[in-house]
Amino acid sequence: MTRLIDLRLGLFLAALFAVTVLAPLATTLPSTSALNLPSYLIPLMGKYLCYALLAVALDLCWGYAGILSLGHGAFFALGGYAMGMHLMREIGARGVYANPELPDFMVFLGWTELPWFWYGFDMFWFAAVMALLVPGLLAFVFGWFAFRSRVSGVYLSIITQALTFALLLAFFRNDMGFGGNNGLTDFRDVLGFSLSAPSTRIALFVLTAVALAGCMLLARAITISKAGKVLVAVRDAESRTRFLGYRVESYSVFVFTVSAMMAGLAGALYVPQVGIINPGEFAPANSIEIVVWVALGGRGTLVGAAIGALVVVALKSWLTATFPDLWLFALGGLFILVTLALPNGLLGLLDRLKPRQAKPAAEVPA
Amino acid sequence: MPFRPLTLIAAFCLAVVLPFLASAQTLEDLIARLPDGNFNDRAAIVAQIAETGDPRAAQVLDALLEGELEQRSADGRFVRVTGSRNNQTATDVLTGEDLGPVARRSTEAVRVNNALRRSIRTALGVLTLMDPDPARRLAAAEAALRSPSPDQVEALAEAMAAEANATIRIAQTRAHAAAVLASDLPLQAKLDAVAVIGEANAQVVQQTLNAYRNAAEPELAAAVGAALAEAESRQRMWSQAQNLWFGLSLGSVLLLAAIGLAITFGVMGVINLAHGELVMLGAYTTYTVQQIIRTNAPEYFGYSLAIAIPLAFLLVGAVGVLIERGIVRHLYGRPLETLLGTWGVSLILQQAVRSIYGPTNREVGTPDWMSGAWQIGELTLTGPRIAIVIFSLAVFFGLLLLMKYSAFGLQMRAVTQNRPMAANLGIRTGYVDALTFGLGAGIAGLAGVALSQIDNVSPNLGQGYIIDSFLVVVFGGVGNLWGTFAAALSLGVANKFLEPWAGAVLGKIVILVFIILFIQKRPRGLFPQRGRAAEG
Repeated sequence: MTRLIDLRLGLFLAALFAVTVLAPLATTLPSTSALNLPSYLIPLMGKYLCYALLAVALDLCWGYAGILSLGHGAFFALGGYAMGMHLMREIGARGVYANPELPDFMVFLGWTELPWFWYGFDMFWFAAVMALLVPGLLAFVFGWFAFRSRVSGVYLSIITQALTFALLLAFFRNDMGFGGNNGLTDFRDVLGFSLSAPSTRIALFVLTAVALAGCMLLARAITISKAGKVLVAVRDAESRTRFLGYRVESYSVFVFTVSAMMAGLAGALYVPQVGIINPGEFAPANSIEIVVWVALGGRGTLVGAAIGALVVVALKSWLTATFPDLWLFALGGLFILVTLALPNGLLGLLDRLKPRQAKPAAEVPA
Repeated sequence: MPFRPLTLIAAFCLAVVLPFLASAQTLEDLIARLPDGNFNDRAAIVAQIAETGDPRAAQVLDALLEGELEQRSADGRFVRVTGSRNNQTATDVLTGEDLGPVARRSTEAVRVNNALRRSIRTALGVLTLMDPDPARRLAAAEAALRSPSPDQVEALAEAMAAEANATIRIAQTRAHAAAVLASDLPLQAKLDAVAVIGEANAQVVQQTLNAYRNAAEPELAAAVGAALAEAESRQRMWSQAQNLWFGLSLGSVLLLAAIGLAITFGVMGVINLAHGELVMLGAYTTYTVQQIIRTNAPEYFGYSLAIAIPLAFLLVGAVGVLIERGIVRHLYGRPLETLLGTWGVSLILQQAVRSIYGPTNREVGTPDWMSGAWQIGELTLTGPRIAIVIFSLAVFFGLLLLMKYSAFGLQMRAVTQNRPMAANLGIRTGYVDALTFGLGAGIAGLAGVALSQIDNVSPNLGQGYIIDSFLVVVFGGVGNLWGTFAAALSLGVANKFLEPWAGAVLGKIVILVFIILFIQKRPRGLFPQRGRAAEG
């Protein structure tokens, strides 16, 4: 029986714990101190952790079940919209038009009553459930249809991309009732705590870290379970697994749905920290970027996916600020580098540098 | 004012056509009599002015209509006074000579009332209806059709009788019919008029006849109703034809964008996400060629596309060969990695173009021979769209022939069907791979040249086509060029037929969802390849 927490995961979780404890403490230090962390960095770090969680979600279905989804950004955005809708409702009468019932953009569009799909989002628990349920349901239905018809590999990638593209177009429409082009923004507070207060920000950051750790443990638990073994078998030899009597589509739908719900959770945590959600999150390019995080870190490692996300996003922040023209070159180069030279990502590189005992390196075909 | 021979001829023609004009007085005499008498006398003079056929008559009547025709007290000269109350300037109404500022009390206006204004408008209508310039005659007839007035019945009848140009005569006939409808002529004349108008295009029929839908005479109302219904059904038919045409046009754009992909993805099985960027490179090649021609030899601008087409094919094809040799070659058999690697290429190409040409849209011109539009019934076909439909068909069939009848096509099919066997038979498979990928890329470049004519040339050009192209190829059935053809055209047409009732964006979403569902039902597309190899 494989241990739930192996060395890598243990190290990562320990590091995550350390950062989660130390970063909030560092903001309380006097600003003259060298160790002082400006408090505006806390939501930024929270955002990074959301991306890491998203990468873990994708790694669960790509790395272990071989389902390369190019539409995970859609699940992320749907989770984000669910949370954004709650935050919109919580603005209440403090909006520009001071309408206690309708968000500003609806008043602006001349709507007189709340569309039915906005009902219930004034309750936090409802929004939180929806942030998981909506992406989960979409993934379940989509996956059920796709896997039952044995759509796999590249075909699946292309139709997931089409899915997020269709959602992108749909959410851009004003009459969809999700704020159109501008999306949802101008949030004030969550559960009565002001979103701009440092304490709320720290709480959200800690919550994100806990969610990340929890999801990594869950994903790890799934992958070391018997179902996880079957998933790897599906990834490596789908027909053979089927011949052995396993219901391949059930396992695939299960892992796809769990993965989508994790992505939705990441989106729901992302929105209050970033303060906006707009249809741009559905862009197919965003979803493909998630793939490079996972690929860079190392597919099928979970820890690698999280590290890959943190590295690439940090690189992006730095490059877009200092050399904006170089970012796409770097990202494009990264894609090529990873596929040509680092098929197992950074963690795979680590394994190759320090060959441990006689254990053969896990081979991860596409 | 110089006396132009053309005016002379025109005046002469009018004199021949309307013999009674010969006895009319000169324009100067008539104007001189304007201030005398009452409004009725003036109306008579206005009619006579129109009958002189003098080319200056229009400007005189126009000034009179605007109430700007005044007579200078000092010398009795007729001037047109314009400007505000305290800052008036005068021009000679006959010669147009600028007479500078005038004092307010130094001129006496020729007064007009509403009845007189109506007469003037009629007279002006007659004047322009008989204008020597055919374009102005046509415009006048069309204007008369748009706002029919019973006063114009006779003028239009005269103009019709005198008209030699068939197109203008038809316009005048319709305007006449519209005027008859507006008049109190007997019922039979009106029924004839309805019949005449019924032959016009649907829009005109509706504009003109809608007002008489509930005419007092039951026969007239019935005739109008029938004509309107007929026009409506005709319009519906034409709008279907219009949709079909737009659909074919969109379909051929999709076809162009997808053909290259049908080779790289369909035949070779390589997922090339940089395909859209290769299309974009083709468009920028066109732009660059045009820039060079514009600055160096503008007189050859008409040939710019003829130069850009082979150049784009070769250039983009070369980029394709580079991509294949550099990246794709190492990833055969690993489709998901290929997908990621080519996505990286697409990002780099996008940013490279953005760095070189800037992020904004670039202007690509349309050569004169291609611009313009043709009218078939109530359908307008624009030049670039026709050219793209023809071009995409040419590219498609050219490719089909190449695949089927050339040695290279044969080798290509051999390598994709059974690589080891092809290699055993002495085919250099690596070489064929590179050329096949280059061919697909080159065709993407051709698509770029064509798309530069109808789309914005910007670094994001390719992004808009990549998903559509993949869906077309997958929908049609991978590895099947005819499937791609059928898929592109049917998706294009379906999209345009959905648009009227669903809106452009929703129509597109419906199509996307349809394809997603379709692929779930038939994962191998419309026309799947049969046989053992198809299972992969």
